[in-house]
Amino acid sequence: MTAFLVRRVVRFIVVCAGVSLVTFAILHASGDPVALIMPEAPEADRAMLRKALGLTDPLPVQFVRFVGSAATGDFGKSFFHHGQPAFDLVLERMPTTILLTVASMVLALLVALPVGIYSAVRRNSVVDHVATVVVFLGQSMPVFWTGIMLILLFAVQWRLLPVSGWGSWAALVLPTITLGTFSAPLLLRIVRSSMLEVVNLDYVRTARAKGVSEWRVILRHALKNAALPLVTVTGLQFGLLLGGAVITETVFAVPGVGRLIVGAIRQLDFPVVQAGVFLLAMIVVTVNLVVDVLYVYLNPTIRIR
Amino acid sequence: MAVVLPSGTLAYEPAAVRSAERSRVWRKLVRNPAALLGGLILFVVVGAAVAAPWVAPHDPARQSLIRRFTPPVWAEGGNPAYLLGTDQVGRDILSRMIHGARISLLVGVSAVAVSLVVGVGLGLASGFVGGRLDTVIMTVVDITLSFPQILLALAFVAALGPSVVTIIVVLGLTGWERYARVVRAEVLALREKDFIEAARAMGVGWGRTLLRHVLPNTFSSIVVMSTLQVAQAILQEAALSFLGVGSGSAYPTWGQMISLGRDFVTVAWWLPTFPGLAILLTVLAINLVGDRLRDAIDPRAT
Repeated sequence: MTAFLVRRVVRFIVVCAGVSLVTFAILHASGDPVALIMPEAPEADRAMLRKALGLTDPLPVQFVRFVGSAATGDFGKSFFHHGQPAFDLVLERMPTTILLTVASMVLALLVALPVGIYSAVRRNSVVDHVATVVVFLGQSMPVFWTGIMLILLFAVQWRLLPVSGWGSWAALVLPTITLGTFSAPLLLRIVRSSMLEVVNLDYVRTARAKGVSEWRVILRHALKNAALPLVTVTGLQFGLLLGGAVITETVFAVPGVGRLIVGAIRQLDFPVVQAGVFLLAMIVVTVNLVVDVLYVYLNPTIRIR
Repeated sequence: MAVVLPSGTLAYEPAAVRSAERSRVWRKLVRNPAALLGGLILFVVVGAAVAAPWVAPHDPARQSLIRRFTPPVWAEGGNPAYLLGTDQVGRDILSRMIHGARISLLVGVSAVAVSLVVGVGLGLASGFVGGRLDTVIMTVVDITLSFPQILLALAFVAALGPSVVTIIVVLGLTGWERYARVVRAEVLALREKDFIEAARAMGVGWGRTLLRHVLPNTFSSIVVMSTLQVAQAILQEAALSFLGVGSGSAYPTWGQMISLGRDFVTVAWWLPTFPGLAILLTVLAINLVGDRLRDAIDPRAT
């Protein structure tokens, strides 16, 4: 267990370094960032700024400096937003993004768990077939289009909910549903297939044979083992979910990290892009670390080794 | 049963068996209504993309201020010349959708080709060379998976300047890890097998062993994975053009049409609706075919 933890943490650190390298590369992929900061300045001024920003140093030196400042949350100042520190801009908007992501995750689980379990237990029932069709449709729908169609129905046609914005509970509904329909199909698929794998195992049959009630067998005995793959996949899909959140925020003008980054990308505001991409990637890396540790903790067969 | 031929190749599976296998998969696919439907939709979409200039009823770029916001033909005020209506500058939606299929399919297929080359190459290297190279490559896989893919693509396409080629390369370079993993696992599993050792003992070089004996074993899973990745790449390209870092050209794409249509959603519902349906149907068709392909190739997977 300790050996596993040590190995896992080492991998975490290596991946963090890699994430920094990729984030660092974003700025340099654009060519000359100084040309973006002062597009009209004469070459002499540009050269001065380049020197001041340390862009004339060798790349490895710049990278080490980047990692050093990134570790302390310093990504430089935004080219826009009145020159506020990029990291603060991202941090300010983080709670909004987390709220949206968590709310939609809860919604997706509320749908995926019962429907997935039922589809697995009553295989080939009407519910199972309908669920399969819905999963296919859901996985093939572009998330931004789902959002626009919901706006069309609920905000334009029936005038029940606001078109966009943030600040009231009503405004939270459509973005949450949009992002929920993005993640629910995948979760449902996993719940169903991992339940299918365990419902016919011997120990489940034994539980039934000794007279445990059907639903208790499913919820207590089968679900416990089926939950493990769900935990792993949820971790692996977290990046996908955050990507969906970025798009959803743009559609509904939700003032979260995603909308900030997309705006910054359009304006080529690289400090903000770097801070945002770095922080979101860090969240994914950390979630995956937690999931791996949790997996070992939940799974006794690994814990003992 | 492995038979060593005098030429030095191993005939452990006669060609006849393989072609019988292929026709079994084919029959299973054709008999499945979902796969057939998917294939049919794909046929129409690919046909539309290839023949776009000839089948599109209008020039996709031609504007007409008199005809702007014409609703679809079945709605009030519709015009039979513009089946799915016109947009905010009077361009024919259907014609733009037909032309848009070109970019979607081109990006989808090419991005997967890039992923395949990188993924299979690195997977082979990782499995065969092993050791430090394996650790490095697998760490790179970990790093790639740490980013929300769409965000990484967005950042790099914006930094490098939007163009179709950039999108293809960026989507390709963020989606190769699945192939690397499968190929690597297969190489590791086969390395110690008797028929590989026999081939080696016969003096067959590593390159030839890989090509003739290892890669064919990964073929079926790679076909399924790449089919499904085409669907994902189409969705991602649409998302990128929706977010405003598309091909950078005036050529219509589905994502860009939806993005423009979003601004007029209150006055003209058909603007974002139809291009979205085109994406939905295309991606659905590919997913259906890919999924049934998996079932047909691997009878154990349900």
